[in-house]
This record gives sequence, C-alpha cells and structure tokens, in this order.
Amino acid sequence: MTTPIVEMRNIKKNFGHVIALNGVSFDVKAGECHCLLGDNGAGKSTFIKTMSGVHRPSSGTMVIEGKPVTFESPRDAMGAGIATVYQDLAMIPLMSVVRNFWMGREPEKGIWPFRNLDMKKAEEVTMSEMKKMGINLRGPDQAVGTLSGGERQTVAIARAVYFGAKVLILDEPTSALGVRQTANVLGTIDRVRKQGIGVVFITHNVRHAMAVGDRFTVLNRGQTLGTATKGDVDAARLQDMMAGGQELAELESSLGGTI
Amino acid sequence: MTEAVQAQKDERVKTVSPWRRALIRPELGGICGTILVFLLFGAIAGDSGMFKAEGIMNWTVVSAQFMIIAVGACLLMIAGEFDLSTGSMIGFSGTVMAILSVHMGWPLWAAILFTFGFCMLIGALNGWLVVKTGLPSFIVTLAFLFILRGLTIWGSVYFTRQTIIGGVGEKAQSDWLAPVFGGKILTGFFTWMGEAGWIATFTRGSRAGQPVVDGIPMLVVWALALVILGHLLLTRTRFGNWIFAAGGDAQAARYVGVPVNRVKISMFMFSAFCATVFATCQVMEFGSAAADRGMLKEFEAIICVVIGGALLTGGYGSVIGAALGAVIFGVVQQGLFFANAESSLFRVFLGAILLVAVIMNTYIRRIITGER
Repeated sequence: MTTPIVEMRNIKKNFGHVIALNGVSFDVKAGECHCLLGDNGAGKSTFIKTMSGVHRPSSGTMVIEGKPVTFESPRDAMGAGIATVYQDLAMIPLMSVVRNFWMGREPEKGIWPFRNLDMKKAEEVTMSEMKKMGINLRGPDQAVGTLSGGERQTVAIARAVYFGAKVLILDEPTSALGVRQTANVLGTIDRVRKQGIGVVFITHNVRHAMAVGDRFTVLNRGQTLGTATKGDVDAARLQDMMAGGQELAELESSLGGTI
Repeated sequence: MTEAVQAQKDERVKTVSPWRRALIRPELGGICGTILVFLLFGAIAGDSGMFKAEGIMNWTVVSAQFMIIAVGACLLMIAGEFDLSTGSMIGFSGTVMAILSVHMGWPLWAAILFTFGFCMLIGALNGWLVVKTGLPSFIVTLAFLFILRGLTIWGSVYFTRQTIIGGVGEKAQSDWLAPVFGGKILTGFFTWMGEAGWIATFTRGSRAGQPVVDGIPMLVVWALALVILGHLLLTRTRFGNWIFAAGGDAQAARYVGVPVNRVKISMFMFSAFCATVFATCQVMEFGSAAADRGMLKEFEAIICVVIGGALLTGGYGSVIGAALGAVIFGVVQQGLFFANAESSLFRVFLGAILLVAVIMNTYIRRIITGER
C-alpha cells in the first residue's frame, strides 16, 4: 500500500527512573483506522502525547511523509497535520461551541490595530461543520457544557478535521459513553477515514476497536507486542495480548467468558 | 438510520424562553443592580443634591476610580487569576513617582513613564511566579500585597522622612504628560452650560460666576476608555478568546495551542497598569503621594467584578458588568453620604450585595453548563 503519513520508529521515553516506553514502533496510513490497544498503564497516553508533541521522546525517530521531524510543542505537531482529540477533550464547558471550535485559531479580519474576530464567518462555518457531523445546535452561542459526551467528542473531531488534520489521534473517545453515543462516535470515525484521513484510535475496548479498525497494535508494559491486520486476528486474541495472557485467561474461565 | 435521526430535530432539546436566554448574560446582575440603586437613591436622596451637577460629578468620579481597577481585575479574573496586590501597587506607584520627581529631581513625565514601566514589570513578575510555580495567584499576590506596601513605607521614609510626599503639584504645572492624568476636558462646554444657566455657578468668592463643575476629569476619561478597550479586547479579538480559554481550562487551552502563560502574564501586567493609572490620576489630583493610598482597593475591585457577573473560578465574565459593578459601588458609597445615612452601613451593604451576587452567579453558571 501507500507509504505511511506518520511513522514512529523505536520510540523510548523515560520519566526519571521510570521507563514509560521501551521501544514502540507504530505507523498510520491515509484513510485507515489504526487501533492502538493496551490496558491501563501500558503507555498508550505517553505514546500519543509523544506523537502529538506534548512529550519529547528520549530516543527513537519520528518520520512524517518520509522526512524525520522533532516536535518542540503541540503547535508544531498541529502544523504538521497531527491533531489530537484528548480524553478530556480540550473543550471549555463555559464557552460557546463557536468559541471552542476556533480556540487557538480564531479567524480575524481588518487591519491592525482594528483587527477583530470574524464572528460571522466563525459561526457559519461551525454551524455547517456541525450539521455535516449530524449535530443540530440550538444556536452557535450554545455553551459546550450543555452538550452530551458524544456530541462533545464530535465537536472536537469536527474541529480537528476542519483544520486540515492528516492524522487524527483519538484518545479513548468511547470510554465514557453510552451505547448509542458510542455508535455515533464510531460512525464519525468511519466518516473521517473515508475522507482520506489517517485515524489513530486508542482504546482498551476490543469490541469498539474491531468495529472500525483496519489494523491493530497492542501495547503492553511500554512495548509493542506486534501489529495485526483486520481478518488475521480475533477479539479474544487481542484481549489476551492486552492483558498479558495468563491471569486473564484464568479469570475469564471462572467468569464464564464474559469479559 | 442515523441520517433519519439527525434530520429531525432532537425532541429532547428543550426550547429556551427568551426570558431565560436574557438571564444567561454575565451583565444581568449588574444591570438590575444599577437600576435598583438609582431608584433607591432617587427615592431617599432625590432632593439632597445628589442628582445635581456637583452631586453627579461626585459619584461619577468615585465610580470611575473603581472602574479603572475593576477593568484590570476583571480581565485577570476571567483569565483565571487574582491580583491582591492592586491596592499596594497603587500606593507603591504613587510613591515611586513622587520620590523620582520631587526628591530625585526627574522631570515629571520621565517619572510617570518610568513608574508605568517599573510597575508593569512587577506585574509581570507576579504573573511569571504564578505561571512557573503553579501556586495559586491568591498566595503569590498576597505576598506582594505586603512586600509592596512595606517597600512603599520604607522608601518614603528613607528618602523623605515622611509618609506623605508633597510638591508634585508644582512640578505638574509645566509638565506635558501630567494633564493626561490630572487635567479636565470639555471645560469650555461646562462654562457655557454655567452661563446658560443649565448648571449652578459659584455666587461668591474668587471663582464667582464659574460653574460648580468646570469639566470632566481625565480620571473619568481613562475609566471609560479602559472599559471600552477592555470590552472590545475581550469580546471582539482573538486575544480575548484566549483570555476566556486560559481561565476556563488552562490545560485544554494549551492542547489547542493557546499561549496560556503569555496570556496570564500579560493580564497581570495589565492589572498593574490599571493600578498605576489610578495612582497617577490620584497623585495629580492631590498634588501629593501617600504611602497608605489604595488600602483594600484590591478587594473593592474584586467585588465590582463579581457584582458584574464574573465567576471567581475564571473563564466567564464581562467588562461591562464590572463597570456597572463599579457604578453601583460608587453610587451607594456616595449616596449614603447624601442621604445622611450612617456611613458604616456602607460595609453592611457591601457584604450583602457581594453575597447576593455570588449566589446569583452560581445559579447562572448552572444554567449555562446544564449542571444540576
């Protein structure tokens, strides 16, 4: 297939004496959904924070469209087309949907010192983007605090897509959602993938991953346990790898295979 | 299936009545309060001269004083921080200005400009400490409340052996910058109004024939300019959106690339700037600086801001609201005097209105965020 948009090679990250990542390799191609699975503490969050420029890797290389890069800040990563939708969403409940949507990249018009916000444009774009994602806002000034968890995820995703993300990193977007909202978010992931954007979907829910994933990489104790393509692997196998095999298998038999 | 669901309007989104929509404005409390105090004092002090030219000027000036520091406190509070050193900064900047010009012999304009620069630097230090240490600004600026007040008294006594430094008035006579803070505008218009009989004139003494109010003090001009500028900055600019974002959730704002530290530090500097404007106007008006000026002003500024609808936790508020808070404050403080009421009741009123404002703000926030 095509060359990956982003490739992370043998990434290591230490925090003092703690080795959070011990050689992780990962890549994502245009138009695919690559799931990164791992249990709590496996290093998923550290890894994506490295990918999005929050942390700098202790060693290892990062290649974007064939060129090695180093990110000094999240701004650099965003400039390179890597957008991250965090678990805590980077949304401010007290502010309106429009102000959240444009936060950090507000459209301006006029000449300094009379430069001001182009609220009309901001509102129009936000309303139409939200409609595309299937969310009907009461008005552009509706506060984000009044939206449901799934809707907030969708606003965050729409924002990243609108601002030209080539790679979209979703940090456990479904972990706090109900059944129907989860379905909506998975639907959104599918829609985004079809636009040719590479999606990195972080989760510890194998069923959610299987629903939309094209490839699956399992992370355990700071290391990758390998990457599998859809069809080569089943949910039970992924579950086993995530948990490190043994103990969960025992537990599972005693619980009657419900996990 | 999803398309069909999306097409129809979500039946669970309740329609919001216009009344409730109007309620979700930070300024609402300020607007109601302002109307209320004017009605109240119109009734109990209407015939005392409070609403004649001289009386209006009296409470306008007091309100304008509160307004100047409230604008700084408001933007800073929306950015998620407090500045408890405002009052001490007022005393400090006035004293620095007076020592430099009267004692050191600097030209007044140079002393004023230097003081502005120096005080904004201290504001930046405040902000830098808060941002770098991650300590609550409450503690950091509380430290500066004492540090600055102590330095002011020490410096004043060390250089001049007294805590009130006079003689600024004489220096201001021939200075080009002093009238920007101590002058009056529209004097011709007020003279004309006096001659036309619109406003009262002095009948005796050296100023006989001149109007009792001879112009609008620059203090009031500064207050209005700062309110308008602050409001435009907050609601109409990209930086304004960053101020909301920094106070609403600093981490979330950082994730999307808002330079939160820069925003916060510049708001601390702006707060120091406002305190210095206040101090300079006062020094020019009295012709002297005193080491004890500005006591408790930081709390009065914060009260104005809270009455104006800002949340103490940051991320929400309005400069117009803060300005209305300042008007309420000024009108009540002077109104009680006009009404011959016991002036200590002012504090009772202050505490009560603060409590009501905070309770109302909490309620408004619940409506906005849909919390229960």
